[in-house]
Amino acid sequence: MNAQQMTLGRLLAVLAAGVLFGFGLALSTMVQPEVVLSFLRFTDFGLMLVMGGAVVVTLVAYKLLPRWLRQPLLGDRFHTHVAHLNRDTVVGAALFGVGWGLCGVCPGPAIAGLGTGNWSLLWALGGIALGALVQGLRAR
Amino acid sequence: METTLNLFPLGWQHYLLGGVFIGAGVALLFVFTGLVGGMSSVFSSTWSYVVQRPYFQQARYIDSRLWRLVYAAGLVLGALLWWLALGDGTPGSTSVPVWQLVAGGFLVGYGARLGNGCTSGHGICGLGSLQWPSLVAVLTFMATAFITANLVARWLP
Repeated sequence: MNAQQMTLGRLLAVLAAGVLFGFGLALSTMVQPEVVLSFLRFTDFGLMLVMGGAVVVTLVAYKLLPRWLRQPLLGDRFHTHVAHLNRDTVVGAALFGVGWGLCGVCPGPAIAGLGTGNWSLLWALGGIALGALVQGLRAR
Repeated sequence: METTLNLFPLGWQHYLLGGVFIGAGVALLFVFTGLVGGMSSVFSSTWSYVVQRPYFQQARYIDSRLWRLVYAAGLVLGALLWWLALGDGTPGSTSVPVWQLVAGGFLVGYGARLGNGCTSGHGICGLGSLQWPSLVAVLTFMATAFITANLVARWLP
């Protein structure tokens, strides 16, 4: 599949995007479970600013880039990820929230946090990987 | 009278700036490759390397597994750069007990994959593309996370 082919240039762009994302997660202290939990316990509303800032930048990029460019600089087309509203989405989100509230770690920070030397996050990372495995094994 | 509600006891600038960096990462991925990058998919797509079950062998995982791993490597590298440049020299740590990390992580992984997205997939990419199913997902996981975190704070030391 030509469209999916990953050239070195595209992979470097993906890596750079991940670097910005990970830097932002560390700068915003979202890699610290305690900070996430303090948001969920209403003592520090910082997470709203993190999410708000990220959503606004993403919104502008998703809206404007496809108007300015016919195609991505190193790709064939602008993708869209369509979300569907069904039972799985709601049940999955509800379970995700219970887990998130229990440990204060979600997928991005579980990965990025390793870059700050927080090896305890490997426990969460292992849990997430196992959860994803079981979900896939149970899926039809 | 100390009635002022302090929403941001640790300051607010680093939160907003961090969020802008996260958005810039998502935007950079989009402008160069056209890809939409949430974070939870990497946990399913990477299993496709070793698990032969049809679910994991779907094209959407096989075709994306390489770039998703590179994206994840970038995440670690970006946080490492922050730690080297702006960190206080001590490694990160957490006082959240191991069982909570493992059990919570399991539900996070299972739920995010069942619901097709997490805080970045539904929260940032989904809301960023104005998809109302993602808004429902975000409101749902925020609600159950608030409840769980507060119950845990009350019942567990």
